[in-house]
Amino acid sequence: MSLAAAAATAHASTTTAAEAHGFLSPTGVEIAFLLVGLVTFGAALVTVTTRQLVHAALWLVVALGGLAVEYLLLTAEFIAWVQVLIYVGSVVVLLLFGLMLTKAPIGRSPDADSGNRWAALTVAVVAAATLIWVVVDAFRTTWIDLDGPAAGSTRTTGESLFQNWVLPFEALSVLLLAALVGAIVLSRKAKETAPEPGAPSEKEPR
Amino acid sequence: MHLAYPAVLSALLFCTGLYGVLARRNAILVLMSVELMLNAVNLNLVAFDVWLSRAAEETLHSGQALTLFTITIAAAEIGIGLAIVLAVHRNRGTSDIDKLRDTAEGHETDGPDHDALTAGQAEKAEATA
Repeated sequence: MSLAAAAATAHASTTTAAEAHGFLSPTGVEIAFLLVGLVTFGAALVTVTTRQLVHAALWLVVALGGLAVEYLLLTAEFIAWVQVLIYVGSVVVLLLFGLMLTKAPIGRSPDADSGNRWAALTVAVVAAATLIWVVVDAFRTTWIDLDGPAAGSTRTTGESLFQNWVLPFEALSVLLLAALVGAIVLSRKAKETAPEPGAPSEKEPR
Repeated sequence: MHLAYPAVLSALLFCTGLYGVLARRNAILVLMSVELMLNAVNLNLVAFDVWLSRAAEETLHSGQALTLFTITIAAAEIGIGLAIVLAVHRNRGTSDIDKLRDTAEGHETDGPDHDALTAGQAEKAEATA
């Protein structure tokens, strides 16, 4: 008797929990996340499969911009704007510079994919299946609570960054300096043989 | 929001990047795929940070701080990587990583250092055996 009552209450609690979290009737945020996620994944697929090299860089913009929207939906607004600034703003521009400076073919290039394409596809599909299985199995009953104040507003991120993460932050600035010096050294050595190209590419991400 | 959505999307993006790294021939396209993989990790970090900041009341915001660090390191990596690719392109006239096989082992290595290479290899095999 008590067992049945306990089962009934457990059932009621699970249904209310599911309703409260909107698992069966997904909320607007989930629908938006799913749609933007589909666009992002499709753009990423086109990025790694297209035969036109410049188009790959432009589809990468779509994928990275979609990820910025996903960050916004996850209430991490500062990360979203940093993503737009650094990835869409400078990394893709840098990649386009690289494509131009290495004289990449503008049209279709038949040898964009190497011979081990099917092995790569197998590895990727197996890895995806394993990862998705593990992740879904592990976080089946976990929900993110997106109500209330944003978890990643600029104020919160800045406070945590400059209260708890100051030393890694400063170490990272030293690393950026080292990367800058390294890029300059790498392109200066080559400059003795070919003086002109490579100059704009090192200034971009800083 | 169900935590599986961002986790699954991140897994899919990571495996897309994995395919790109393994299947692409142009070095710059490989760098693009590496960027995709790094972004998948960033999405995971942000999602788990947002979850843990509520569920475990974690106030360090370590996920978002790590995401910022990853973005910075990715920018540095792409700068250095492109400088290397440009240097290789200037010296060799190609950015095709299938053709850059100077340090490859096996039957395709020819030239004067072939014997030395195989001798060194045999020595190493002996040392490990």
